[in-house]
Amino acid sequence: MDAESDEQKEITQRPKWDNKIQYLLTCIGFAVGLGNVWRFPYLCQTYGGEEFLIPYVIALVFEGLPLLHMELAIGQRLRMGSVGVWSSISPYLGGLGVASMLVSFLIGLFYNMILAWILWYFFHSFQSPLPWRDCPVNLNHTGYLTECEKSSAVNYFWYHETLNITPNIDTSGSLQWWLVLCLASAWCIVYICFIRGIETIGKAIYATATFPYLVLTIFLIRALTLPGANDGLIYLFTPNWETLKNPKVWLDAATQIFFSLSLAFGGLIAFSSYNPQKNNCERDALIVGCVNSFTSIYASIPIFAILGFKANENNNNCQNWNILTLTNAFNIGVGNITLENYGEWLNYLNKTDPSEVESLNLKACNLQTFLEEVFIVTCLMMSDILLTGLICLISFAVALIFTLGSGNYWLEIFNSYVGSVLLLIIAFFEIIAVAYVYGINRFNDDIEWMTGRRPNIYWQATWRFISPFMLLVVFVVYVVIEAEKQPTYNAWNPDYVHFPLADVLHYPEWVFAICVLLSILPVVSIPLVAFYKFMCFLKNYTMNRHNQNPYANECCHGEL
Amino acid sequence: MLEKILLLLSLSFSVAEELCKPGAAEGYKVRFSIKTALGDQAYPWSKNEMFLFRAALAFAMRDYTNGEEFGVSDIHPCDETERVSFWFVVTRPNTTDLVDKGTVEMAIKKSRNRINGAFLLTDQTLEFDGIYPTLAAPVSPDTPPWLIVFGVVMGAVSVGIIALLVYPLVQRKLKKNKDADDEDSDEETGVKTAEIGANDGIYNSTFSDDERFTQM
Repeated sequence: MDAESDEQKEITQRPKWDNKIQYLLTCIGFAVGLGNVWRFPYLCQTYGGEEFLIPYVIALVFEGLPLLHMELAIGQRLRMGSVGVWSSISPYLGGLGVASMLVSFLIGLFYNMILAWILWYFFHSFQSPLPWRDCPVNLNHTGYLTECEKSSAVNYFWYHETLNITPNIDTSGSLQWWLVLCLASAWCIVYICFIRGIETIGKAIYATATFPYLVLTIFLIRALTLPGANDGLIYLFTPNWETLKNPKVWLDAATQIFFSLSLAFGGLIAFSSYNPQKNNCERDALIVGCVNSFTSIYASIPIFAILGFKANENNNNCQNWNILTLTNAFNIGVGNITLENYGEWLNYLNKTDPSEVESLNLKACNLQTFLEEVFIVTCLMMSDILLTGLICLISFAVALIFTLGSGNYWLEIFNSYVGSVLLLIIAFFEIIAVAYVYGINRFNDDIEWMTGRRPNIYWQATWRFISPFMLLVVFVVYVVIEAEKQPTYNAWNPDYVHFPLADVLHYPEWVFAICVLLSILPVVSIPLVAFYKFMCFLKNYTMNRHNQNPYANECCHGEL
Repeated sequence: MLEKILLLLSLSFSVAEELCKPGAAEGYKVRFSIKTALGDQAYPWSKNEMFLFRAALAFAMRDYTNGEEFGVSDIHPCDETERVSFWFVVTRPNTTDLVDKGTVEMAIKKSRNRINGAFLLTDQTLEFDGIYPTLAAPVSPDTPPWLIVFGVVMGAVSVGIIALLVYPLVQRKLKKNKDADDEDSDEETGVKTAEIGANDGIYNSTFSDDERFTQM
């Protein structure tokens, strides 16, 4: 009786979404992110095209969708956020919610720094010509700055003007005031969106979740009209069956689907907890999962079209440079050597004066090489009014570390060590908790009550066996592979001998200690909370045994 | 007489020839890329164009040295190729003394635009080997434009935050006023129901329902 009236009170007090669209858009907006637009095309390129889709879809079906459905269902049924849900399933599992929260906080810190960078570029987009088009001139106006000439105008603007990056992580540099300003504006924008909880999130999401699709469509149209786009698309869609034999493909597909859907953050549980209880969460899970995957594929098409365009441009520049060099060295008339007869001319000149030709250092221009090279590597794998304001303020203060000269290096550390392993551990414990601690039968009953249908054999099999097993395998293989790798990072050092290639450095000891700490600290709460609860239980148990009151029973406690 | 003239001419010619040779210490190599610059509108290279070049360079020398009367004959080209590239040296007026490389460079740099203009070419298509074009400094306004955009965005966000903070307070105030009005209307209805209850039929004490009104 008491529980029911409490529940009634809860239902009337808990905020709720204005309509279903808001809820779906919020989930989609949460799932769709940099992982779809950046990391998925990068993985497609690494594994040579759309064959990556096969392991990706398999991972989606056996890992992504079951976990997604489970999170949405459990949040909707128990009507609490991540911390509350796991505490109510079992007090010993309270640490799981805390771990989710900590991971979300840490990831939120560096994700908003990326938003600050985007704001910086946005603020700079209102001038013509764009500041990253041309290199700045040197002091006596005879040429461009060497650092810029050796790398490129775009790289120079990013590393020097935006980040003002230090040559290594030991040199911290100072706070870059312009980045601090951008970070402050990013956090203010975040604050304004969730100042009133889902009331404001629900309104803001109409714009923030749909605008990326508009931008992607504009990019798609523009990219397909560029010359050379076809080469990129052919590169994307040409089968390369060899890659499927590489076990790393399957590992990357499993981790990618996982991070792409933003599972184990606790966010999806929180969003679905604001739903009415009688809501078809199975359909919601399928919608969110499929839209997320569709977005990944949709985003990769313009990216590969632009890749084809850039590769063609580079190839043409390379060939034209060769032609110009030959023309100038041998004083041949302009226009005599063309792209078509370049080969003949080269043979002829080689016969007449081979030493001269050799001294010219002609470049080797190959379109395929450019297609594989162009795509640059550092891909980022991924209220209360006062309380929300405080959270924003604290996050902003801690995130100032990313505005230092060495900030970009710290961001890479967060990206590599906070995201990956922790989320796998949390998700594994989540599914074990729901399937075996809460009880799969009880869970099935709940879903039947909420949606009107009992989950079919596919959900049963995946929740009970397939998903936990897959998660365990992925986790073990991931740890083994990562442990083998040397912890190094790419530094931007203009004084490096082989500049503009990145200077590959090892992390110093203290930095590596911080990396390990970041990897372990959030999940430490799982055993910690369990241990604490167990201690409380033991204390109560021993106290009861000592104070054996023969008159004490459940209904009435005898007065001592 | 004729022989003397011929000898002098051949001597000066040979001197000029000796003065100018590919790789000359005080000489410069020039490269014309007319087809690259003008495409279909390209004019063919000819002796007249060479004459124009010598005249333009003589002008540049005059302009730089402020009056020394350089003439077309003081510019000596040689080693013309199909590329349209050749070497040239500059001699002082009425002598065979070579003008040093530095002075020639400064003169060309000063009048570069005029020389380019004479041939409808640019710094990239009329190249002097070794003389780098002076690059225009990029325009940098006093207030960086990005700060202006930043100010606009932050202004809008601040207004939004203040509005969202103030709006519920205003709503609460309005609601309080509305509640005060509601209380008055509640009292009226309360009185009405009591009256209705009292006038509802005849009160028969035999079948009286003492429990109708709550005992105080």
